[in-house]
Amino acid sequence: MADAPTPAAPQGAPTLEVRNLRTHFFTRAGVVKAVDDVSFTVGRGKVLGLVGESGSGKSVTGFSVMGLVDPPGRVVSGQILFKGQDLAKLSDEEMRKLRGNRIAMIFQDPMMTLNPVLRVDTQMIETVLAHEKVPEEEARRRARDALGMVGIPSPEERLKSYPHQFSGGMRQRVAIAIALLHRPDLIVADEPTTALDVTIQGQILAEVQKLAATTGTSLIWITHDLSVVAGLADDIAVMYAGKIVEHGDVGEVLDKPLHPYTHGLIGSVPSRNRRGEPLRQIPGMTPSLLSLAPGCAFRARCPRAAADCVEMPELHPWRPDRLARCHHPHLENVEQVA
Amino acid sequence: MSDAMEFAPRSFTEAETPMVELKGVSRRFSKKLDIAAKLARRLGVDVKEEIVHAVDKVDLRVRKGEVVGLVGESGCGKSTLGRIVAGILPQSDGHVFWNGQDVESLPGEAARNAKLKRQMIFQDPYASLNPRMRVADIVGEAPLVHGLVRRGDFDDYVDEQMRRAGLDPNFKRRYPHQFSGGQRQRIGIARALAVQPEFIVCDEAVAALDVSIQAQILNLFMRLRRELDLTYLFISHDLGVVEHLSDRVVIMYLGRVVEEAPTETIFRRANHPYTRSLLDSVPRIENRKRAFAVVKGEIPSPLNPPSGCHFHPRCPLAFDRCRVEVPKLKDVSAGHRSACHLNDAA
Repeated sequence: MADAPTPAAPQGAPTLEVRNLRTHFFTRAGVVKAVDDVSFTVGRGKVLGLVGESGSGKSVTGFSVMGLVDPPGRVVSGQILFKGQDLAKLSDEEMRKLRGNRIAMIFQDPMMTLNPVLRVDTQMIETVLAHEKVPEEEARRRARDALGMVGIPSPEERLKSYPHQFSGGMRQRVAIAIALLHRPDLIVADEPTTALDVTIQGQILAEVQKLAATTGTSLIWITHDLSVVAGLADDIAVMYAGKIVEHGDVGEVLDKPLHPYTHGLIGSVPSRNRRGEPLRQIPGMTPSLLSLAPGCAFRARCPRAAADCVEMPELHPWRPDRLARCHHPHLENVEQVA
Repeated sequence: MSDAMEFAPRSFTEAETPMVELKGVSRRFSKKLDIAAKLARRLGVDVKEEIVHAVDKVDLRVRKGEVVGLVGESGCGKSTLGRIVAGILPQSDGHVFWNGQDVESLPGEAARNAKLKRQMIFQDPYASLNPRMRVADIVGEAPLVHGLVRRGDFDDYVDEQMRRAGLDPNFKRRYPHQFSGGQRQRIGIARALAVQPEFIVCDEAVAALDVSIQAQILNLFMRLRRELDLTYLFISHDLGVVEHLSDRVVIMYLGRVVEEAPTETIFRRANHPYTRSLLDSVPRIENRKRAFAVVKGEIPSPLNPPSGCHFHPRCPLAFDRCRVEVPKLKDVSAGHRSACHLNDAA
């Protein structure tokens, strides 16, 4: 109360705050607005589930945060505030110092992280030394601890293996261990369990959940699978055609979706339907981002679309902490209890 | 309402002759020795061929009109089994029966017909369609070759097949790459149905599709089942999908069937510890911020599977007998069979 906090490091600031991010791809066929005015925040130790179908822009959002968008793509405008510092304004060199250190990424295919011709210890020690001047013994010890932390048995021996000597699930664990080496403040995970078997996926999700709870690392979990997010995330942001269409607490959004797209997506999950009955389906398919008609991108597939949907709706707070980009949201879902 | 009636799970009597029956079917794959290994063997080094038992003495019955879900993790042999059932991969041992007759003993014409009546729909609609063929030829080639349609009726026939799979016949001059993933899967469906099959093997047919498209294709499968009186073997790793449309579920682990039962029974009263841990691992949309249940350990390599019950190294309930003796599939209740030694102890 008495001492004014230093303005440089505001207390309780979120780990990541993305404001009005636009990432466009300038292709020969035209401008693809892969991410178009996206804003969200991730608090310390929180998990944000970023959900969408192929082409919704969820992965490009993750790559934008990491500063990994390659030409013809470019972050056109917006702020990516990581602990108050705007990543979009950093030089490549400054970004490189943060990446792998304070913010890390896990990919769907762990072989995107791992070099197939180097032993795991070589790669992990290199990662430690890239950001910190420590003796090699210390780096090796940290690598071993990280492997142990993600549940790899006998980490000392496994350090000497090559990536191909690991199974798919174990490789993904190694990739996660590398991401954890510097105890980052933020991890962006892009579909990291999609290619894994269910029992292995369960193991990885359990490890990640434990890590988020114990280390205070914030997570952006990018996935198409609502069921994974349901058990893992605190907040959920649903993307469609480059925009966030719904954002809120996981339980609230999944139990009482406001946007017709979220509603349809949840409805088409088989376990939400009576066995043997036809699944509720969303008609049509995702539009091409090259030729988006003005207005709400979902309106051609939407059962509630009306004349005013040719105007693009705002991401409106229909309830406290419940944002939806829709003129005709499912308010009946949230109105039962006054 | 009438829809719901016709979609309702069916029950079947044991007495019926199954449409497809496998008895003791095994499939082994071996890696041939290369020159260096052959030379080494000639010089007296002990080099053995590596053999994978992809499918190990499996019995399976699918009755007419039934939808059987075949579930398992990667490497459990479910796709190999599906190919054997569809007749596109020969088994190493055992017998495949079509309407009660051993497929191998059928004379030429009948054997060809039995094969034609069993068709397969594949997982990857990008890899299973010839990129250089137009949709009309992909769909229409087989019926033309097999004399199911005359050349004069070819166009009408293809149009009808495409419409039935939910494709616009105006696009029949196009190539596969001009379609989205969901539409390509529809082309694969139209191709399989064009030869008027009675039995369809769907191998992970919706795994590569987005959720909203997946629902469309699953609904198409159910509608076609009703319209054409089809029988399905539905192979999937996705328990949610299998629960939704199967009458009966078969669970495989490392080449063996470990449990089979009517769908409700599997999901309410699973008997085998593997089935139970599989069900616990599945993320469900109803779950909120809860700890994920965990099965310990990895799926062992099928090159060198554990002795006895293949699941014993990961099983929380394993005891000495599991390490030495292979458990047999035994009835635990009507229509519910499980391969676990614990059932003997009780």
